[in-house]
Amino acid sequence: MMKKELGLFLLLAVISAITGAINPAFLSFVNLLNMANLIGLFGVFALGEGLVIITGGIDLSLGSMFALLGVVFIDLLTTYQVPWPFALLLVLLGGLGLGGIQGFLITRLKMQPFIVTLCGLLIYRGAARYYTSDSTRGFGYGDEASTLSNIASGNVAGIPNTFIFLIVLALILGVLLHRSVYGRWLYAVGKNEEAARFSGINTNLVIATAYVISGVLAGVSTVMFVFYTNSVSPSSFGNFYELYAIAAAVLGGCSLRGGEGSILGIVLGTALLQVLQNLVNILGIPNSLNFAVMGTVILIGVLADQQLQARRRRKAALAGLARTAPKKDSTILQNAASRGAALPTTTGDQA
Amino acid sequence: MAETLLELSGISKTYPGVRALDDVNLNVCRGEVLGLIGENGAGKSTLMRVLAGVIEPSAGVIRIGGNEHTRMTVTEATQCGIAFVHQELNLFENLDVAANVFIGREKLAGGPLKLVDNAVMRARVMPLLQRLGADFTPNTLVDNLSIAERQMVEIAKALSIDARVIIMDEPTSSLTISETERLLEVIADLKAHGISVIYISHRLGEIMSCADRVVVLRDGRTVGELARDELSHAAMIRLMIGRDLKALYTPPACAPQPGGCDIAGVVTSAFPDRQVNLSVRRGEILGLAGLVGAGRTSLARAVFGVDALLAGEIRIDNAPVGIGSPRDAIRQGIYLVPEDRKKSGLVLELPIRENVTLASLLDHARMWLVNGTAERKIAKDQARRLSIKAPSVDIEAVTLSGGNQQKVVLGKWLSMQPRVMFFDEPTRGIDVGAKSEIYALMRSLADQGVAIVMISSDMEEVIGVSDRVAVMHEGSVSGVLERDQFSEYNVLRLAVGQALEIQEAAAS
Repeated sequence: MMKKELGLFLLLAVISAITGAINPAFLSFVNLLNMANLIGLFGVFALGEGLVIITGGIDLSLGSMFALLGVVFIDLLTTYQVPWPFALLLVLLGGLGLGGIQGFLITRLKMQPFIVTLCGLLIYRGAARYYTSDSTRGFGYGDEASTLSNIASGNVAGIPNTFIFLIVLALILGVLLHRSVYGRWLYAVGKNEEAARFSGINTNLVIATAYVISGVLAGVSTVMFVFYTNSVSPSSFGNFYELYAIAAAVLGGCSLRGGEGSILGIVLGTALLQVLQNLVNILGIPNSLNFAVMGTVILIGVLADQQLQARRRRKAALAGLARTAPKKDSTILQNAASRGAALPTTTGDQA
Repeated sequence: MAETLLELSGISKTYPGVRALDDVNLNVCRGEVLGLIGENGAGKSTLMRVLAGVIEPSAGVIRIGGNEHTRMTVTEATQCGIAFVHQELNLFENLDVAANVFIGREKLAGGPLKLVDNAVMRARVMPLLQRLGADFTPNTLVDNLSIAERQMVEIAKALSIDARVIIMDEPTSSLTISETERLLEVIADLKAHGISVIYISHRLGEIMSCADRVVVLRDGRTVGELARDELSHAAMIRLMIGRDLKALYTPPACAPQPGGCDIAGVVTSAFPDRQVNLSVRRGEILGLAGLVGAGRTSLARAVFGVDALLAGEIRIDNAPVGIGSPRDAIRQGIYLVPEDRKKSGLVLELPIRENVTLASLLDHARMWLVNGTAERKIAKDQARRLSIKAPSVDIEAVTLSGGNQQKVVLGKWLSMQPRVMFFDEPTRGIDVGAKSEIYALMRSLADQGVAIVMISSDMEEVIGVSDRVAVMHEGSVSGVLERDQFSEYNVLRLAVGQALEIQEAAAS
């Protein structure tokens, strides 16, 4: 389980070292802090996406959710002058609501996650553009939410708050996923929904909750991105971001078939993606190759992981065979013994 | 009367540890309807799969049309004019009738693109459908057809390859009475055209009405043959039974206690027009016998809350319990050891430990956080109690043998407090040693006051392990046998829907 994360970490370290050796600017304090900020921004919703992917589903609507919640958030603060704690709460509730609706459609009405969230992607984006008449929303010169802005885009001892938030969130979700009953259920449902249901797990609720968590985290990310860019252009804000999240989760060991992945893996996956983006800039690779580099690394990463897993499974199967092989001899003995025992009344001793 | 069209001689098929077919001889004449009967697992389906080229026999010769084959391939079987109308229909629901009939040998139009020529295929299929008296057209989507109509498509497919022998495996298991009659008419028509039919069915009445000759299989051997004028229910059943059963029975430590589980007027979606009434006392093992598809698994699924209960009531210790999901059932202490343990019983990729505690995890948690120590202890206890053979409880269930996997499923339930347990084919695909361990375990559970229902198609198991046997036929309970009435003959009579021995005494 931890091997995958260790491998990813080593890959991250090697790439960073090489890039740093070629251009020391990569390892400069400013650049590292900048990357940490981006990792924080992109990691939060990647974690939500990861939970959804572990259920065997997918959430394609995140980027559009950012746009819709973003324009609403700015409007609440500027046009309606809503105090920031309420605006924040409303945006989180909005994310929760959208996630809840998607979860409901997927679990109760048995629609495919890909379709539900693809329609979400289209609808939220359209709604955001219609709501703003396609015009960019931003903060005026007033300080509508300076406190929140300071929290979202500030830093503690130089470390960006977004990054700190990601670490705290990862710890909480790590406990949820790897230590709690819910986490166990999530893996079980992702691997074999039927067996989970036969074990009395409310599989619908478990799956829907993953979409709700993803929605809430999308709300949090919205606020962080709004204060990162200070304005929201409804047609481009958050475009493709769901794909970054899916890429990070897959790179971090999540399988789109469900039931696999870890919080640490997703965080490392996010970090690796941001390092790759940064590396393209720092090494002077044409910016247009950005996506191509990312795609290539994910492709190679997943391929390597699959090969390693196949090898591990072969080994495990061989070990299992070795265990059962000598059993063949002992079954006969056992069989004779238990048949002898089955005839007289030997019932109490098993109790 | 007529020339022999097809002859199987000395066909054997052995799997490691199992002899599925043992020196089977069978011949089919031209234009004959041959009834093939036998209990569950007697080897009928295996034999037919040999004939259709799906399974390679270990020994024996297939003679057809003057040629000898030691084995067939699917293509050869088709070329020899053997067609199969499957029990589970093998049709592509998303394609139309004509496309299904010509699947794999599509008629192509000329021209460089070699496109599929739908018009030609439809024109070819039309007369076949007319001949079968079907009232749908070749361009109907199979998805829109009823089961009976789909069967007609299968038969049309057989006719389209100029089949000389059509094998029908339980063709009427999901047909209504009028549809069955229609099928029997079609069979008579096929016969009149010189086409032979091998008709496999558990429904002896249908066999009586359509077969010219009946061959009976038992334990993979041909045990008898009845000519048309020798056919009677009693004669057929007498040939189907007659295995010597090993004594497996362990009597209960004390008499069954009052209370237990009552299933009253339960209707499942598999048989919406049948009611099931069944009682199982605490301390008792109730065997639930019946032919495959008699509604036993549907009953267990409905009681366990997996499928909806259309009507009826379930009472535990005389108190009605509402069950809408497996969660409700588990809360009431009703557990199911499912038929397909890999699909429904286990999460194969999770370790033994997590599988054992999957259903009871909240009990081993504080504030929703899993108590790892408690969990490991429970799993280890179960592994020891059930003697699960594994180096540790942390290895994945997928690496275990069938018997040990089943024990993990049992461990999941035994770590909780069972009141009523359903075992659905608990020893299928499990070696003999593990089997007797599971029987001993069921008995010890019963002695602790658990009411046990054991669904089994293995006659030896049903008669050898149960305290009472309830037999299901076509969705309802056709009779309950006490131990002194136990016999393969009685179980089988009830399973095919016949009444018990009063008539039998008169007949013999």
